[in-house]
Amino acid sequence: MAKYLLLKHYRGAPAPVNDVPMDQWKPEEVDAHMKYMHDLADRLESNGEWVEGKALMPDGVWVRYDGEGRPPITDGPFAESKDLIAGWMEIDVDSFERAIEIAGELSAAPGAGGKPIHEWLEVRPFPTPTPTVTE
Amino acid sequence: MTVDSPELRDLVPRVLSVLVARGADFATAEDAVQEALIRAMARWNEKQPVDRTGWLITVAWRVFLDMARSDAARRERELRFETEPRAGEIPNDDDTLRLYFLCAHPELTQSSAIALTLRAVGGLTTRQIAQAYLVPERTMAQRISRAKRTVSQVGISRPGDVRTVMRVLYLVFNEGYSGDVDLAAEAIRLNRQLAVLSDDPEVQGLLALMLLHHARRHTRIRPDGSIVPLADQDRSMWDTKLIDEGIEMTYAALGRDRLGEYQAQAAIAALHADAASIEETDWVQIVEWYDELLRFADTPVVRLNRAVAIGEAIGAQAGLNALSDVGEQVPRRDAVAAYLYEKNGELELASRLYARAALNSPSLAEREHQMRQAVRLNRDLNRSPQQTTP
Repeated sequence: MAKYLLLKHYRGAPAPVNDVPMDQWKPEEVDAHMKYMHDLADRLESNGEWVEGKALMPDGVWVRYDGEGRPPITDGPFAESKDLIAGWMEIDVDSFERAIEIAGELSAAPGAGGKPIHEWLEVRPFPTPTPTVTE
Repeated sequence: MTVDSPELRDLVPRVLSVLVARGADFATAEDAVQEALIRAMARWNEKQPVDRTGWLITVAWRVFLDMARSDAARRERELRFETEPRAGEIPNDDDTLRLYFLCAHPELTQSSAIALTLRAVGGLTTRQIAQAYLVPERTMAQRISRAKRTVSQVGISRPGDVRTVMRVLYLVFNEGYSGDVDLAAEAIRLNRQLAVLSDDPEVQGLLALMLLHHARRHTRIRPDGSIVPLADQDRSMWDTKLIDEGIEMTYAALGRDRLGEYQAQAAIAALHADAASIEETDWVQIVEWYDELLRFADTPVVRLNRAVAIGEAIGAQAGLNALSDVGEQVPRRDAVAAYLYEKNGELELASRLYARAALNSPSLAEREHQMRQAVRLNRDLNRSPQQTTP
């Protein structure tokens, strides 16, 4: 088994095919989207492939140490150009191919007009544990 | 017969306060009481003792002595204790109340005070508390043992007061019920015990406030986690028994003529709970109570809620005027502004504000809720020109 993080971006990812902001959708399209996401998470859980899902708020700041006896420097809110992660789903699957398959399903979530959003998602592997048997 | 856990845990503060009163150090005594609880769970299913508190005190005391003996570093302290305590000690309410104060001690950080209260007064296990707050058990165990060290050092000289206890219970209640442990119900249970020990009307006010919100909770959230606004809640599903108790308690507290912020909040909740429909809500009185509440707690959140109430009592424009006192950065301000602009017929502006409120919502359920409001308004805006020109 290998763990992967599927990352969703508020901004910074290439534009999706069906690029209509949610507040312009019809109410039933929002319902369909929410249901699709819940169902997918349920299915991964019953498959034994789900680890966790988390969302992040869009606000935040940069912070760095500013030397002895001084408070840390903050810089924010984030510039419009910053790549901004919206949330992630962690999965534990048999292969890289399976991770790609699941990310594809996630990206097919319906949006405006009930058509798939084709959102770009980032798939990132976690480091694997060092194997016990090495030769 | 099975041992009912909350009923068993009701005995915890008295047992612990007896051990501490006998001179046991707080941290070890607390561990001993937890161990006694585990033994009670195992044993009482077969046979319940007649004097359950006495049983717990005896077992906890023995466990405490074993712990004190087995720990070489504590050998010296052991010498201070006789093997058997004096007979006939009865825990008194003041000792138990002091235990509440200790666990919510002002020297503790808020998260530590919450964790320690749930364990030492509530009798929950570290694992249950960790699950409820979605942190690893190890993290919660460290938080609790640091808190115990802190109160062992500073506690006795400056014991804290009932205000800090109420603050802790209020925060626990607001955490709701995310995991296996129903924190809202736990806060109510602890607040009921506190109300027996303390005659501060604010304790009654807080308990009333909790009961009145608890009575409505199943109608506030749909099974899928989405939010149902007050106007759309199914009032026939509200728990009328809890509401009656909450309203009665509110009046009893107010009748003692020592108003405070929890009583004012309870009065507002009582007016909502007492209305047969949203239209029958006495918004004028609610605004008056918000004005009272401002005297005790002039916070942006209170001003925000007051603006909503004014919007209902007088009109949307008056509500918007009241909103001008509230800073732009206050969470949920956009959502309230959107609601009032919609009420005022400014639908495009309302829709934009709902969309912005969604982006800034502090919780996912609220984000979805505000987004749906924006979507609903946009649908109406797109539809209306087509309807006028068929």
